[in-house]
Amino acid sequence: MGNSANSGKGAVGKFFSGVGNEFKEIGLTFAQGDWKTKVSYLIMGFGPLMRRQFLRGFAYLAVEVLFIWYMVSFGWHYLKDFTTLGTVARVMNNDGTFSYNDNSFLILLYSLLTIILIFAFLVVWRMNLRENRNEEKLLSAGKQLGTVKGDLYSLLDSHFDKTLLALPVLGIFVFTVLPIVFMIFIAFTDYDANHQPPTNLFTWVGLENFKNLFSFGTAGLGSTFLTVLGWTLIWAFFATFLTYFCGMGVAIMINKKGIKFKKLWRTILVMTIAVPQFVSLLYVYKMFANDGLVNSYLMKWGVISSAIPFWSNPLLAKIMIIVINLWIGIPYTMLITTGLLMNIPEDLYESARIDGATGFQMFKSITLPYMLFVTGPFLLTQFTGNLNNFNVIFLLTQGGPQSMKLSNNAGYTDLLVTWLYKMTINDTNYRMAAVLGIMVFVVTAVISLIVYGMLPSVRDEEGFQ
Amino acid sequence: MGIKAKRTLGNTITYIVLIIISIIWLFPFVCLFLQSLRSYNEGGGGMVEYLLPKQFSLDSYKVLFSQDSQFVRWYLNTLIIAAFVAVLQTIVVLCVSYALSRMRFAGRTFLMRFWLILGMFPGFLTMICLYFLLKQFGLTQQGAIPGLILISVASSGMGYYVTKGYFDTIPKALDEAARIDGASRARVFLTMILPMSKPIIIYAALVAFMAPWCDYIFASYVAFGYSDSYNVAVAMQRWVWTNDYQGYFTRFCAGGMLVAVPITILFICLQKYYVEGVTGGAVKG
Repeated sequence: MGNSANSGKGAVGKFFSGVGNEFKEIGLTFAQGDWKTKVSYLIMGFGPLMRRQFLRGFAYLAVEVLFIWYMVSFGWHYLKDFTTLGTVARVMNNDGTFSYNDNSFLILLYSLLTIILIFAFLVVWRMNLRENRNEEKLLSAGKQLGTVKGDLYSLLDSHFDKTLLALPVLGIFVFTVLPIVFMIFIAFTDYDANHQPPTNLFTWVGLENFKNLFSFGTAGLGSTFLTVLGWTLIWAFFATFLTYFCGMGVAIMINKKGIKFKKLWRTILVMTIAVPQFVSLLYVYKMFANDGLVNSYLMKWGVISSAIPFWSNPLLAKIMIIVINLWIGIPYTMLITTGLLMNIPEDLYESARIDGATGFQMFKSITLPYMLFVTGPFLLTQFTGNLNNFNVIFLLTQGGPQSMKLSNNAGYTDLLVTWLYKMTINDTNYRMAAVLGIMVFVVTAVISLIVYGMLPSVRDEEGFQ
Repeated sequence: MGIKAKRTLGNTITYIVLIIISIIWLFPFVCLFLQSLRSYNEGGGGMVEYLLPKQFSLDSYKVLFSQDSQFVRWYLNTLIIAAFVAVLQTIVVLCVSYALSRMRFAGRTFLMRFWLILGMFPGFLTMICLYFLLKQFGLTQQGAIPGLILISVASSGMGYYVTKGYFDTIPKALDEAARIDGASRARVFLTMILPMSKPIIIYAALVAFMAPWCDYIFASYVAFGYSDSYNVAVAMQRWVWTNDYQGYFTRFCAGGMLVAVPITILFICLQKYYVEGVTGGAVKG
């Protein structure tokens, strides 16, 4: 731990000295630069244009013009209301109709966009200075500046990464980063069913939503949150490790010497991966419903007199979910472990057999340690994936059975994510949904960090990459 | 008991277990198939206590393809989404993976860490914001199909792990040799790396193609009650929850067969590539 603290301090120190160096260089560029460079501080791309670097010059100039136009015509109108998120939602006209004024949703979203764009603009501005400095250096060394053709070619060669990553990074920014940042800020507002734009405004409430999540009074969500969190962790644990060990067991059986039709067994198991889950899981859900196939057969045969409440008894529903998840998950682990099991050197088993080891002993001291070592990262991703395993829960129980003891429509088999989904869709309680989303992130991040540090393969494979 | 007899006994037990497992695994699918063949007029909508249809018929399939049902439309919607997502997402993932595997640029580790952290937020958190963004572009309800394609493809760059892991195993010396001969990065990528990566390309496309068939959450939210834009998952889900066992649920079974059979065949044909992909991904993490 001491080690990581040191490196943490190092990183912070590096960051500040980096910032210091940036400012130093900005000053130096100005002091030592010629007049073209100095003008470039205000008019981006001026220097390159004067030095006949038209493509680069125009690109910088265009960025500046677009940015100013964006700020004046759009960004500023939203950014100025960022602190209040709007004051007047709508005003009544003389003829009794309403015209909408401030929309908190738009104000928050576009303010955040504007803030991010301001930072991006500063980065481009800094690049513009560096460009000037480089050009001056090259010219004073008596070298030629690059050509437009060379610039364009470099996008396919030394700067090919920019070509490849431009669109994916833009897509992730607009459809992942911006929405996530937006929702994080929503967690600090009162955006819910009673504060829906454009009719109503919502505004900042500080940490109130977080207090609500952790308050154990009658109105608070504390006990429900703990119930749901507890089941989420239990579920993820069983879903991960049961499928892992059962899947490995099946793989060992199929791999066993002398077993024929190996391909057939695998193909049969793989069916549950291939068939879309909404078909297979919904069908299985109906099979075990109170009036479903299983119950009606058992009643017909006289085994039971009234239907077994597979889905309406909390404990039974939980067990059913974990068991049915085995049906989905075993083939997946089976596929992964099959190849790995064959990698274990056969002579290890040979010598163990000569020493008189039983099958179970060999599994315990040869197979298992090897498999845990190799599939450590896989287990971790499985675990975090199961924390957020929406499909299995939603298609089987939709989080039910519900109970009066749980608030906000939570049910006994709800995971944090399915609860989040219900809050968003059924209750339009966006403020608490956002808080839950942050909690899911915290749980995932903490577990990942702890487990990742413990994985043996991570330490050993450090030099592998 | 001799070693041979012991082995035969062990194998027999294994066979028995495997047969039991196979029956458990296949049973629901057999039921699904049998139920889809039930005729339509077998009495009320309540429960049934028999598995074999009393009268085999293709009524449910006929209903799906008749004028009363939009099933064909939903099926085509899903097929279109799946095809576009498979092509575009594969391209995006390959581009990102190549850049991250082969090129060293400022911000590379930052980008990878940042995406890793982003991935820890639950996907449904951003639903309302995504809906709003799509609405701005007119890509909800009537425009839900391109909208869904856009959402899936836009964020797909973050799922580069398996492909990058595969690229990492291709020796860098190959790249260097070609570049000394004057080939640009783009040329190396297109004419050398891609042809060598056929298995992982098939894996990426297969996974991308299969995901939209299960997509319920975003699909139902973006289509927002506009039934022409539903995909099969959204539309058929509603049939199940009607609790009408003879009518809608039988129809669901028939539709489920029509969805499951082609995809299962495709999957089993490409199983080899799938196994290669998931195994590689699991080991490298």
